[in-house]
Amino acid sequence: MAESALLRVCNLNTEFIIPDKGPARALEDVSFEVHPGETLGLVGESGCGKTTALMSILRLLPSNARISGQVFFKDVDLFGLSEKQMRAYRWRELAIVFQGAMNALNPVMRVGEQIREAITLHGLMSSSEAEMRVGELLELVGIPKERGAQYPFQYSGGMRQRAMIAMALACSPSVLFADEPTTALDVMVQAQVLELLNDIQQRLGLAIVLVTHDLGVVAEMCDTVVVMYGGKVAEYGPVDVIFNDPQHPYTQKLLESFPDLNEPTDPSTDSRQVLASIPGAPPRLTEIPPGCRFEPRCHVRIEKCKTESPPLMDVGENHLAACHLLK
Amino acid sequence: MNESWLLFKRSLSDFWRIFRRNRMGMTGAVLVLAAVMVAVIAPALSPYTPATVIRDEAGRGLTFAPPSVHGPLGTDDAGRDVWTQLVYGARISLTVGFMAGFIAMFVGSLLGILAGYFGGWLDNLLMRVTDVLLVIPDLPLMLVLVATLRQMELKVSPLTVLILVIGLLYWTSTARLVRSQVLSIKERQFVARARAIGAGHFHIIRKHILPQIMPLIVANTVLILSTAILIESGLAFLGLGDPTQPSWGTMLNFAFDRNAISNGAWWFYLPPGLAIVWVSLGCVLLGNVLEEMLNPRLMGHHLEGEARVVKTEAGRG
Repeated sequence: MAESALLRVCNLNTEFIIPDKGPARALEDVSFEVHPGETLGLVGESGCGKTTALMSILRLLPSNARISGQVFFKDVDLFGLSEKQMRAYRWRELAIVFQGAMNALNPVMRVGEQIREAITLHGLMSSSEAEMRVGELLELVGIPKERGAQYPFQYSGGMRQRAMIAMALACSPSVLFADEPTTALDVMVQAQVLELLNDIQQRLGLAIVLVTHDLGVVAEMCDTVVVMYGGKVAEYGPVDVIFNDPQHPYTQKLLESFPDLNEPTDPSTDSRQVLASIPGAPPRLTEIPPGCRFEPRCHVRIEKCKTESPPLMDVGENHLAACHLLK
Repeated sequence: MNESWLLFKRSLSDFWRIFRRNRMGMTGAVLVLAAVMVAVIAPALSPYTPATVIRDEAGRGLTFAPPSVHGPLGTDDAGRDVWTQLVYGARISLTVGFMAGFIAMFVGSLLGILAGYFGGWLDNLLMRVTDVLLVIPDLPLMLVLVATLRQMELKVSPLTVLILVIGLLYWTSTARLVRSQVLSIKERQFVARARAIGAGHFHIIRKHILPQIMPLIVANTVLILSTAILIESGLAFLGLGDPTQPSWGTMLNFAFDRNAISNGAWWFYLPPGLAIVWVSLGCVLLGNVLEEMLNPRLMGHHLEGEARVVKTEAGRG
């Protein structure tokens, strides 16, 4: 990978201390890099640690979380900063669009005021300038600026999502985390929001980390993909390589379980393709199997998988996968 | 700034429009305001001072005189006018009640917010303290405290002692209420969002948490006021008031001490008792109505608003 990584996540480990139980190991040795202007997709099933990874980077986890590893933003180790220094990086450099933006807006504050809050908090401009900026931002995401004076409940779901994106852009961050920005939106609005993100990225040149479980969205939006399973990176590589030549059995199964638009299933013929599904469920984070985390559900498992956790191995240019079968 | 002032005025007039139609709330407001008015204009309501002794033509003090032209509510055992004592007593009772109530509200809200927001050992400590205070019967504790503090001959007036003791012991219920509310609010996602935009704790509390619990605090304050007035009366009745500045409780104490009941001087003990009922009833009515109107949980239109949004979205899809 190129040297000039904007955000470098190295061996990120996150566990949650749960009373009366062992620690829940939500992330183990997660590493990835984000380059300027790049879109990185974080994909995986629910509970595989996608959101936890973002929250760990921003250091916004609840107090029972223990984080170790390193996160470098432009060569500054974010985990080495004090809480106060960290605040200066949040939103100024690393902004996030939360999962379910409907709840991320304060119901008793005007939307415009909430966007302004993000600007004035960092003392970037005077309040009258901030007022102008709020108007610009709202227009940027396609909301008439007069509607900044309204409350979140007067917005539709898609508008709230776009307002959150406007808020995320308020301080012109270098990296935008988008945590499932399109869940709970209907397909039309979903497309609008994604287009908006794409458009903004092209205009402002920021890097986007897109968390999603929708592989269609990944194919459309991302340059690089991190496939996560059970808190670990299963496969990591450029999007076309991952989609055309997946190496990890989990990635293969995941792609198979997605309908192919080029060869749609035809109900009239007998030889129709049945969409694959992966039997079983992801491991409980308090009872992690000793070997490969995907072993219990894997269709090609070997004896070694039960006992030994496979390391991430180079399987091609910029392409890593963690499986014992790869040599 | 100007715009927000206009909005504030509008929401205030909206509030008034709804409040005006609430008979219970209006009754409470009228009762409380009347008592406050009486206290403010006390000197205008009586030709005497509380210490003036009313005498007949022969110069003898009129003791235990029933209501007459001399005084609308008769006189006490020393020939002083009961009505005058009552209106001046309103000043003392209301001052002590309000000051103590506000202290209790302030301390309770502050500790409730801190405990709820920061949690951890602070929460534990504060909640154990409130546990202890809730378990100990308040009246005996206050009696002991007031009496002890009096003995120490501090350079503060007896009324200040009373205010501080009531105020500093009566915050527990407010603290618990506020804490539980803060606990639920701080888990909401917009607080996480506020943290993500780089806000500090103080900013989050001030901009995101306080506005949400303010209605609760306002309503609770009014209820606490009535409790504080009742407690003050109780303590004063037991002889812990300031005899030089008689409140309604002190009047009851005098009446009891000086055998007003066996003398049949109902005009001596009934008025202060009824005055206490008047004010605390007013506070309770007002407080309940305010709580009903301001508490988002009991308020319909927040939820109706949400339901409407959901419905239109579903309709569109």
